[in-house]
Amino acid sequence: MSASITELPPTAPHHHVPPESFLRKYVFSLDHKVIGKQYLGLGLIAVCTGMFLSWIMRYHLAFPDKAVPLIGWIAPTFAAGGVITPEFYLQLMTMHGTIMVFFVLTTAPFAGFGNFVLPIQVGAEDMAFPRFNMMSFWVTFVAFAVLVAAFFVPDGPPLSGWTAYAPLSAVGKASGPGEGLGQTLWVISIGIFCIGQLLGSLNFIATTLDLRAKGMTLARLPYSTWAWFITSMIGLIAFSVLLPACVLLLLDRVAGTSFFIPAGLVVSDAVQPHSGGSPLLWQHLFWFFGHPEVYIAIVPGFGIISTILPAVCRKPHLGPRVLIGCQLAIAGLSYMVWGHHMFLSGMSPASATLFSVPTLIITIPAAIITLLWLGTIYGSKLRLSTAALFCLGFVSVFVTGGLSGFFLSQPSIDTYLHGTYFVVGHFHFVMGVAAMFGIFAGTYFWFPKMFGRMMNETLGKWHFALTFIGVYATFMPMHWLGLEGNIRRYSSFPSDYMHGSLPLHRFITFSALFLGAAQLIFLVNLLWSRLRGPVAPDNPWEATTLEWSTTSPPPFDNFGGVHPVVYHGPNEYGVSGPRGDYVMQTDPPMAATPVAATPVAVT
Amino acid sequence: MGKSFAIAVSVIALLSAGVFAARIWWLPPDISALGLRIDGQLAETMVFTGVLFVAAQLALAAFVWQSTGRTATIRLFPGGPMPLVGAATAIVGLEVLALVFIGTRVWSQAFLTPAPANAIHIDVQAGQFAFYFRYAGPDGKFGVPHPELINEGESNFFGLDPKNDTAARDDIVSASLVVPVDQPVLLTMHSKDVGHSLFIPQLRLQQDFVPGLIIPVHFTATGITKTEIVCTQLCGLGHYNMRAYFEVLSKDDFAKWLTDQAGQ
Repeated sequence: MSASITELPPTAPHHHVPPESFLRKYVFSLDHKVIGKQYLGLGLIAVCTGMFLSWIMRYHLAFPDKAVPLIGWIAPTFAAGGVITPEFYLQLMTMHGTIMVFFVLTTAPFAGFGNFVLPIQVGAEDMAFPRFNMMSFWVTFVAFAVLVAAFFVPDGPPLSGWTAYAPLSAVGKASGPGEGLGQTLWVISIGIFCIGQLLGSLNFIATTLDLRAKGMTLARLPYSTWAWFITSMIGLIAFSVLLPACVLLLLDRVAGTSFFIPAGLVVSDAVQPHSGGSPLLWQHLFWFFGHPEVYIAIVPGFGIISTILPAVCRKPHLGPRVLIGCQLAIAGLSYMVWGHHMFLSGMSPASATLFSVPTLIITIPAAIITLLWLGTIYGSKLRLSTAALFCLGFVSVFVTGGLSGFFLSQPSIDTYLHGTYFVVGHFHFVMGVAAMFGIFAGTYFWFPKMFGRMMNETLGKWHFALTFIGVYATFMPMHWLGLEGNIRRYSSFPSDYMHGSLPLHRFITFSALFLGAAQLIFLVNLLWSRLRGPVAPDNPWEATTLEWSTTSPPPFDNFGGVHPVVYHGPNEYGVSGPRGDYVMQTDPPMAATPVAATPVAVT
Repeated sequence: MGKSFAIAVSVIALLSAGVFAARIWWLPPDISALGLRIDGQLAETMVFTGVLFVAAQLALAAFVWQSTGRTATIRLFPGGPMPLVGAATAIVGLEVLALVFIGTRVWSQAFLTPAPANAIHIDVQAGQFAFYFRYAGPDGKFGVPHPELINEGESNFFGLDPKNDTAARDDIVSASLVVPVDQPVLLTMHSKDVGHSLFIPQLRLQQDFVPGLIIPVHFTATGITKTEIVCTQLCGLGHYNMRAYFEVLSKDDFAKWLTDQAGQ
C-alpha cells in the first residue's frame, strides 16, 4: 500500500451549512449521517412489519384450523374472527416479500450503513449531492407509505407475490380479488423506490470517486466502501431496468396497453381486450433486476464482514485485492444469470443451459471470498464482541445458503425443486439471514460511532446465540420440506395434500416465533444503549479506518474542520506500532513492523 | 463464547448433514423414465455440497476454537491467499464442469429432444383454478380451440366448436391426467388466463404454463399409480385449490378408460 498521494484530488469543501431548525436537523436533513440513520430507522420499521406478517403466515401454516390471535381485531376486513383465508395468506406473503426485499435488505445494509459510514470512510464531509441524498430517502419513504397504503384499500394488498408475474398482475381486477387498487399501489411503490435507489447509487459512486481525502487511493479504500461502491454500480443498472418495467406494467393496468398481456386471454369468463404482449418479457425484465438484487442485498454484507473481521481478529484480511476482484466478478456475473429463475418458464430450453453455466461459475468467486474469511480467522487473536459473533454467524449461514444454490442452478434438478420450500430455505439463508447478520454486525460495530454510546455486550451475545440457533431451526427444515415436494405459496395443508408435512411445519413455526422473540432482546438493547449505554470512546474497537479517527459521534462536518490525509491502507493490523497492533489510516508514515509477515508457529 | 460457538456450529452442521444423509425427508418414489438420472444428479450434488458444507462449517469451528483467547503471535495463513484461490477454483470449477456435463445430458433428454413418434399426445389447458386434459379421440385429431367460445358453465373448457369443426366432435376432455404405463406421453401446455405450473413430484416433472405460449413436454411413466398434480405458479386467490389427479394405468386399462370416456 505505497501509493503516491501527490496526484490525488483534494477534499471538496462542505456543500452546506450546519442546520439550525428542527426540520432541517432531523427531518429534511442534508447530513449524510442523519439520512443514514433515517434509512436504518425505516429499515427497522419495515423489518418489524415484515416479520409480524410472517408470524401470521407461520401460525396459520401450523394451525390452519385455528383463528390467529388478535388478527381479527387488527384486520377485521380481511381476517374476520382471526380466520386467515387463502387469499389473505397470499396478500400477507406478497407484502412480506416486498417489504423485506426492498425496504429491509436493500435499504439497511446499502443505503443505511452506506450513507452513514461511506463519506466518513473516504474522508469526505458529506455526500457528493446532499440534496439528492435527502430526496433519495424521502422518495424511498414515500414508496414505503404507498406500499403500506395497499393494506387500507377496499380489495386489500396485492396477492401476486413479490415478483408480480404478469398477466396476473397486469389484467387488473378481472383476475380476482387482491388484484385491484392494491396491485396498482404496489407497482407505483416499486417504481418510486427505484427512483430513490438510482439517486442513492449515483451519489455513492460520485462520492467514492470524487470526494476521497488526500491519500485515499482506490487501493486504500476500506472494504465496506468498496462493497457499497460495487453495490451502487449493480443497483444503477438493476433499478434502471426495473423502473421502466414498472411503468409498462402500470400502463397495462391503467391505460389499456398490452406490454405483458398476450391476445386471447379469457379471465373470469371474459375475453380480455389485449393483444401482442408477452408475459415472459416481464419475467426477463424483473429477473434482470431480481438476481442482481440478491447481490445488492448481500455484497454490502461482504464489505461489512470484511471490514469488521480484521479488527476483531487483530490480523490483516487475507488477500484484500482478491476479495475486491471477486466482488467485481460477482457484480459482472450477476447480470448473466437471471435466466436461472426462469428454467421452467417456457423460454427456449437451450437457454437454460446457457444460464446454468454462469450461475454455477458465480459460486467460484463466492467460494474464494468465504475461504478468505476463513483464512483471516485462522491463527488470529479473536476478540469475541457481538459484532464478531455476527460476522462468524454470517460466514456460517452464507456457506449454508450458498451451497443449496448448487441444486437450483441446475435446470434438471430445479425442475423438481423450483416451486418448493427448498427455494424458500435457500433464499432465506443466503439473502435474508446472511444480509441480516451483516446488518446486526454493522449495528453492533458502528452503533458507538452513530450515537456515542456502547451497546450492551451481554444482551448482544444472548441476542446472537438465540438468533443463530433460531435461524437454523427455522430455515434448515425448509430444505427437507422441499425435498419431499412440499410446495410453497399454499396457505395450509389441512386435508390430504402434503398433510404429512404438518409436524415439520409446526416445528418451523415454533422456531420462527422463538427467532422473533429473540429479536426483542435486540430492540431492548438498542433502546437501552441509546439512552443509558456507556459513553463510547472514539475508537472502541481499535480499528484502522477513518471513521474511528474522529469523535463518537462525529461532528457535523465529520472531522471538525480538519481534512484528513491518508497514509495507510485499511488492513494494517497485526503490526507493531505506537498504538499497539494496528496503524490507523491517518497515522503519519512510519516504519510499522509486521509482527507476522511469514507464518509463525503458535507457541 | 468462542468455543461455545464452535461447538454449536459443529453440532448444527453434523446434525443437518445427518438428516440429509439419513433421507428422513426425501423425494417421493420415482415413476418416470428420466427420474433415475435426475435423482442421481441430485444425489451427486448432495454429496458434493454436503462434503463442502461440513468441511467449511467444521473449519470455521476449528479456526474459531483455535483463535479464541489466543495470546500467542498471530499466524498468517500458510502460502497466502493464492492456494485458497487455486483450491476453490479447482474444486468448485471441476465440480461445476461435472454438474454442467451431467446436468446438460439429463436436461437435453427431457426438454431438448422431441417426443418419440409413438407418444400419446395430450393437450393440457390451465385456467383459474383447474387443469383440463384433452385427448384427440378416435379420429386422432384435435379440434381447434377458440378463446371466445370458452364457457365453463357449459363444460366447453377449451372453446371447441363441434358444430363447425368435425375434429372437435370426438375430443375427450378429462379433469384428470390419465396415461398408460411405459408409453411416452407428449403434453402440449397452454393457459387460458394467467400463469400456472404443473407439478407431478413422482415424475420429477414441473413446467410452467405461460399465457400466449404452447409449451411441449414429454415423459414416460414407469409405474402404475394414482397421485396428485398441483399448480406451483401463484395464479390467484384459488391457487391453493388448483389440483388434479394423475393416474398411470396398465395399457389395457388405459384403452378401456379411453373407450369409456369416448362413450360418455
